[in-house]
Amino acid sequence: MIEAVVQNLVFGVLLGALYGLAAVGIGMVFGVTKFLNVAHGELLMFGGYATFWLFNIFGLDPFLSLPLNIAFLLLIGLVLYQLIFVRMVKLPEEEKIKNTMLVGFGLTLILQNTALLLWTADDRGVTTSYSGTAFTLLGIRFPYVRVAGLVISLICLFALQQFLRRTYTGKAIRATVEDWEAASLVGIDVKKVYLLSFLIGSALAGVAGALVSVTFSVEPAMGMHWTLKSLIVMVLGGAGNFMGTFVGGILLGATESATAFFISGNYRQVVGLVLFLLILIFKPQGLFGAKES
Amino acid sequence: MKFLRPISIVLLIIILACLPMVIEKDSTINLIILMFLYISLASSWNILGGYTGQTSLGHAAFFGLGALATRLLWIDGFPIFLSILAGGLLAVVFAMLIGAPAFRLKGVYFAIGTLALAQILSVTVANLFPTITSIPVEDLVAYELAPRYYLFLGLACLIVGAAYLIANSRMGLGMMAVREEEDAAESLGISALRHKLLALGFSAFFTGLAGGAFAYYHVSYYYQMPFTPIWSLDMLTMVYIGGQGTILGPIIGAVFFVGLKEFLVRNLGEYHLIVFGVLFVLVVLFLPGGIISVWKKVRDALTRRSKSNAAKLSPEEES
Repeated sequence: MIEAVVQNLVFGVLLGALYGLAAVGIGMVFGVTKFLNVAHGELLMFGGYATFWLFNIFGLDPFLSLPLNIAFLLLIGLVLYQLIFVRMVKLPEEEKIKNTMLVGFGLTLILQNTALLLWTADDRGVTTSYSGTAFTLLGIRFPYVRVAGLVISLICLFALQQFLRRTYTGKAIRATVEDWEAASLVGIDVKKVYLLSFLIGSALAGVAGALVSVTFSVEPAMGMHWTLKSLIVMVLGGAGNFMGTFVGGILLGATESATAFFISGNYRQVVGLVLFLLILIFKPQGLFGAKES
Repeated sequence: MKFLRPISIVLLIIILACLPMVIEKDSTINLIILMFLYISLASSWNILGGYTGQTSLGHAAFFGLGALATRLLWIDGFPIFLSILAGGLLAVVFAMLIGAPAFRLKGVYFAIGTLALAQILSVTVANLFPTITSIPVEDLVAYELAPRYYLFLGLACLIVGAAYLIANSRMGLGMMAVREEEDAAESLGISALRHKLLALGFSAFFTGLAGGAFAYYHVSYYYQMPFTPIWSLDMLTMVYIGGQGTILGPIIGAVFFVGLKEFLVRNLGEYHLIVFGVLFVLVVLFLPGGIISVWKKVRDALTRRSKSNAAKLSPEEES
């Protein structure tokens, strides 16, 4: 019994890492630019399909093809930003959030139906020679692919953290988050910072999508689900706090698994959402967010 | 000229009421019914989202609850009008339960929070009522489109009329004040929470009624179907396309939305949603006030011109 519980928890945490990675991406964009890109889940889906195609057509290993995947998503991100989002940079904050959300819904339609045309409505997954394999530790199974997902998510998170802390550009991004007007006064190119954040967010969506395609499967209508999860986790962790966001993702994954185990698989989503609403209402700055004055 | 407006509205309603006698094709009638449904939904959503400025992504919950209650009662043998009323009331009860906690959330957090709420309800309903609901055979034999048509016409008129009365009342002014600047409204003695709750209540009630009418109209569907988030997104989309915070905006938005989708489906087939998405993005980017803002701009330009013409004709009056 105890083994089953722990096993369940492990799977929950491994799933939660993907939630966390997806949420860090949407949070990166929202935190810096105040763009609420509700098409983030669709970007993630395209990342998944990119991996699927690279594997199916060129036989590329899903983990080795990650750089190509990232390049593909950077391209999509660049096009979307230059065509659409750049036009909303100057709006006042509240209007910006609203309009980017609306545009995001439009993009959702476009990307989802493009995927439907390109890849049909079937579930597509990447099954490699090592897909089913796992190592066992103290009687708990750890599938290689899922553990790799956790490790890659952590690497992304660490790299992002270091980039924001140590590099000049990273510091410019953080300064823009604090106060974009002051940042532009001291000579930071805010527009460039916005573009860069959007691109980082897109690339993270690509990585998350690749990991989803290896561990689960991808289909055109999956975007909404992942956008919702990302938003929930972003709010759980406190917007702008990436470590907190990632931990929030793991917590959500673990909670969902526990619900599926102890109550019913049918309600796994509900318990996560209820938890989210309670935190949103009673601790709106997020679990790990600093209290705002 | 002012008296022309009520006359033209009455004329329009009479024409709409005569349509089923003229139109033979059921598909056309169905299309118009769909327009009435979407006008009702958009106008209901607009009370909270447009006039009070609270962007809800959870209205599918009210629509779904209205449909659920109505369907269960009506198939159980209750008169249809009572069933629909019960649907509206159930939506209000739910709205009042979630209202106070939901309004602790502001702006985008309110939007995401309501989306989560609706999603909770949607999943729960899917678990509790996993089956398809169909109109029983004996009722299906008696199924006629005309009464549905008039029900939806009446509903759309009722909701648009109510929205007009609300918008032009003291309460409506309070709602708009809350939308523009909550703190300033509070300092003038307007309770923001009270006005938000009122707006939510009316908005939910009318959305619930629309859900009830939907349950009376739709022959068979999954109980969960009216709860899916796409309904909330459609309401928001229509109001933004037409012009939020206006009476005509949601009507224009709904007619445009249904009409354009139908046109695209017929002409573009599987590409229609992509094109629709592109058009929607364009509207958000380049027509921030919706279609109605174009009309307003044209009208303003015309009146300004006629005024300046008048000024040229009689310069003495100016000084």
